[in-house]
Amino acid sequence: MKRLGPLFLERRLAPPRSVVFGVSFLAVLVALLLAALVFWAYGVSPVRAYSEIGRGTLGTVGGLSDIVRRAIPLILCGVGLTLAFRAQFWNIGAEGQLLAGAVAATGVALFVRVPDGFRLPLMFLAGFGAGAVWAVVPALLRVKLRVNEVISTLMMNYIMAYIVEWLVHGPWKGPTMRGFAYTDMFPVSARLPLIAGTRIHWPTLAVGVLAAVVVALLLSRTRLGYEIRVVGQNPDAARYAGISFASVLALAMVLSGGLAALAGVGEVAGVHWRLRSPGHVSMGYGYTAIIVAWLARGSPIAAVFTALLFGLIFAAGDLMKTTLGLPFQITGVFNGLILFSLISSDLLMYWRVRWAPKEKAWTGQAGL
Amino acid sequence: MDWTSWLVGTVSRALAFGVPLLWGTLGEIYAERSGVVNLGVEGMMILGAYAGFAVAQTLGHPGWGLLAAAGVGALAALWHAFLTVTLRANQYVSGLALTLFGLGLAGLLGRGWEGRPLRAPLGAVAVPVLSDVPVLGPMLFRDQTILTYLGLLLAVVLWVVLFRTRWGIAIRSVGESPATADSLGISVARVRYLCVALGGVLAGVGGGYLSVAYRPAWTEGMTAGMGWIVIALTIFSAWDPLQAIWGAFFFGALYHLSFRLQAYVSPELLKMMPYAFAILVLAASGFGRARWRARAPGALGVPYVRGER
Amino acid sequence: MAEGAREAVLLRNITKSFPGVVANDRVTFDLQPGEVHALLGENGAGKTTLMNVLYGLYRPDEGEIWVRGRRVHLRSPRDAIDLGIGMVHQHFKLVAPHGVAENVALGLSGTPFWAPARTVGRQLKELSERYGLPVDPDRRVWELSAGEQQRVEILKALIRGAQVLILDEPTSVLTPQEAGELFKVLGRMKAEGHGVIFISHKLDEVLSVADRITVMRRGRVVGTVRAEETDKAALARMMVGREVVFRLTKKACQPGEAALVVEDLHARTDRGTPALRGISLAVCRGEILGLAGVAGNGQRELVEVLTGLRRPERGRVAILGQDLTRASARRIADAGVAHVPEERIRLGIVPGLSVEENLILKKHHRPPFCRAGGLRLAAVRQFAGRAIEEYRIMTPGPRTPAKLLSGGNIQKLILARELSGNPALVIAAHPTYGLDVGATEQIREILLRQREAGAGILLVSEDLEEIMELADRIAVLFRGEIMGTVLAGEATLEEIGLMMAGERRTVAVGEER
Repeated sequence: MKRLGPLFLERRLAPPRSVVFGVSFLAVLVALLLAALVFWAYGVSPVRAYSEIGRGTLGTVGGLSDIVRRAIPLILCGVGLTLAFRAQFWNIGAEGQLLAGAVAATGVALFVRVPDGFRLPLMFLAGFGAGAVWAVVPALLRVKLRVNEVISTLMMNYIMAYIVEWLVHGPWKGPTMRGFAYTDMFPVSARLPLIAGTRIHWPTLAVGVLAAVVVALLLSRTRLGYEIRVVGQNPDAARYAGISFASVLALAMVLSGGLAALAGVGEVAGVHWRLRSPGHVSMGYGYTAIIVAWLARGSPIAAVFTALLFGLIFAAGDLMKTTLGLPFQITGVFNGLILFSLISSDLLMYWRVRWAPKEKAWTGQAGL
Repeated sequence: MDWTSWLVGTVSRALAFGVPLLWGTLGEIYAERSGVVNLGVEGMMILGAYAGFAVAQTLGHPGWGLLAAAGVGALAALWHAFLTVTLRANQYVSGLALTLFGLGLAGLLGRGWEGRPLRAPLGAVAVPVLSDVPVLGPMLFRDQTILTYLGLLLAVVLWVVLFRTRWGIAIRSVGESPATADSLGISVARVRYLCVALGGVLAGVGGGYLSVAYRPAWTEGMTAGMGWIVIALTIFSAWDPLQAIWGAFFFGALYHLSFRLQAYVSPELLKMMPYAFAILVLAASGFGRARWRARAPGALGVPYVRGER
Repeated sequence: MAEGAREAVLLRNITKSFPGVVANDRVTFDLQPGEVHALLGENGAGKTTLMNVLYGLYRPDEGEIWVRGRRVHLRSPRDAIDLGIGMVHQHFKLVAPHGVAENVALGLSGTPFWAPARTVGRQLKELSERYGLPVDPDRRVWELSAGEQQRVEILKALIRGAQVLILDEPTSVLTPQEAGELFKVLGRMKAEGHGVIFISHKLDEVLSVADRITVMRRGRVVGTVRAEETDKAALARMMVGREVVFRLTKKACQPGEAALVVEDLHARTDRGTPALRGISLAVCRGEILGLAGVAGNGQRELVEVLTGLRRPERGRVAILGQDLTRASARRIADAGVAHVPEERIRLGIVPGLSVEENLILKKHHRPPFCRAGGLRLAAVRQFAGRAIEEYRIMTPGPRTPAKLLSGGNIQKLILARELSGNPALVIAAHPTYGLDVGATEQIREILLRQREAGAGILLVSEDLEEIMELADRIAVLFRGEIMGTVLAGEATLEEIGLMMAGERRTVAVGEER
């Protein structure tokens, strides 16, 4: 307990949900205020910037649909990451897992002979499998050889990015693309349908929302979910209880990586209709999804909403590029600021502020 | 081209490419020895690279650029220290935020400078006498900047400080068992702030080296994941400044070879080499007996709270 | 004339509170130079908090600290050290991977900047001869026994010129004989004019070592008495606040079939050194076998091997006649073995999960709690409701996170979980360690009840009194071997103490049963 003038600061062990929500909301606001300084330093009036963003994204159907389109990969990656984070596995590799899904889907779209009706389902299936494999490797490295997963997942992002580069420059380079580093366009049977008048590839969106619900149920209502939570909160207790750390972690990562990979399938089949350089396929969704999951505090349902928030930031980035002439990198600054402000607010939630009781105030430690 | 000149060129460039890795790793070793993981190395390096270039370009002297790089690195690291030591935030997340923020900010600020060569780059220093030795001279002592030699010297000095002085005992104790250090009147927070800040200075210089000396120009994302290699090297070198030398130059060679071998293998596959090796190297050190495996500092990643109850 | 000029230390009206608890409530305590002043009280009475205030680790909310007649304000342990106050914490504050000399040199003013460990090593030799505290400055701390580590801690304080030495539960890691050695060292320090504050909850040793005794209960001082003017019963009354029954009512032992048979068991520590060297023992249903010994003699490894958490090198473990030598933790648990772990918070609970979720840990994968991979929340809730009631677990509700419970209630939660379904074998490690008298009594009753219900119980404890009270037979572990087994009714404290120090008892009792 600390006394600050007429106030008492008291520690609490478990902040109620309303406090978590309120503090997180405030943290995002603070980050937006800090970002205003960046605008200002860049010679753009923050008021103008924010009103432009508000009008351009939330004010039009096109803007709104853009937010959703940007949010789709964030939902899938973010929901997947909540699983990994619940198991206390620092999966920084959603970016690479997403790309793995994109690669597998492209392979099925362009090079596998299947009846048209089965092509898209098979792309999703293959994508999920590729992401799962790409994600389970760091889990096994961690369990068997104690390789720190932050490094292994990150390194695998770079490796997958270069694999994509290699594919689009080399073996998969489309003969019809006249020297550009693209694959050929997908056949129509490998393209996802859009909601009319928008660029929202709704099947991926539906998969994402469904995944959030399923993962939420998995965590709260199943044996696997229970074991994931035990492993994440206290691996020693898990061992004591006879829960296999290795298989729980591997399963969590199969799901986590698989979901991230579905985002990659959605991007190539719903947005680009071909595989292209990794920076265009992903734009850092996998990294942003870390913030999505963190802001959602590990809740898959909440991740859907935080993903929409970051979808808004991405859409705003596009907008600022075209209307204000600001570079797209400003979204990175935004994301960093939000994350900073979130983690600084963490401690705040564990303190309760009260008015000091009226009784005789303590005089303090004289002589200090 | 005969093989000696090929070898001389390769070793010399590998050495030059290893310098930023060495500086960064030495810094991260100190931060982690005091118990703080800083995953923001990539962010601090890119900020250092940007600040180094911008200041050197503006003031016309590479020294000012490097100083600015060190300062910016320190500021970024102090921010990390504030979040993780004072506010006790999660070290992983704070470091990631620093990297995201650094990459974004440097990209944003650096747009106007893109592609312009630096007017006052840091030149190579030929060591008198030694540089005239055949083969070894040009290999090691002719094309290196002062930062190569300073980095090597620094590794030795930092090793001595860590293992043979009062400060070293304090730093290692804070990283192993902060409660013990605290009970003997050592300020855990102060030691951690200083070590993390030192880590930032060294990472900043490492980044500055890239834009001021190695490839005197500013390119967005020019650190190319080196910050992450640094994190892997810190583990690989078993938190020992002397061992960091070998690791840094080995990975310097890998980076260099990924350019050098492009005549034979497709460049995209070559470029993934350092990252694949980082995983391989860590996996290899996971083999074998527990006794051989180096232990991470006992309190690494754990915020210290006095008398938690 | 300044107040408290004579006292080495005077604490006056110290109040210190933590969220939800007032750990010290207007406590006054003094120490004269050249005396041993014991601070007696149960766990959680506020002794350690008070001493952490004196050592500068906590700042008091209210109250005054005087050292040798001067009012002082301690901002950190550094201030306390500079005033000649040293403290040996119950859990040693040593850096295990570092050498002894490096540990002593840490933060020591006056050591050279370069190679401080070498200089300190020389000083250390001199000091350890003077006080009879032998240590090797070049060894690593993790290689030392608990007794040796304690000597390092005392030397650390002395080299800093401590006039006042605080010892927090110093005998908990020592054999009775080692404790005797420590008391001799304290005598030598007294003669040199040092004051010693001796924290303990053991009545006998306080009476034998202290000049004065201050008793604390629930954060308050109950009273201060001279050692020669009091006795055990009076102290116990002050400590607990009511008459204390020193004997539990215990029905006669009726041993049944063998619950656990261990033959020639060998295992290693995490560092690869031998931990168990040929352990053989048996526990029957309906009896309690107490396993005594100083910490670090293989107890932890034995419990881990028996519960499937560590692989034995050789030997055989049979539970209810079934060979489970290298079985997994899950198989052993499913075979009806309950495990009350030593580190109850690290192993026994998942702090962030709710009380009801913690109550099904280990059984979560089986009906009625799990069907076809799904958790059956209704069954969980029903079970939790019954367990909370039966074991009197004080919790705001079944869905409260387990970390919010007090230590005693966490232990009751673990017992409720482990003892549900009437296990045939209970392995209980230090089941009452660190709990207050009320919880301790309740947990001992629960164990006895389980014994009467026909479970075999292996009780591992460093608390000899507890073992003497609960066990039917007592086996003593020393360096990974059993020194002997005695019937609890016939054993004397001295005999067990000798075995704890490594003296083998030639005639084994009860093994043939």
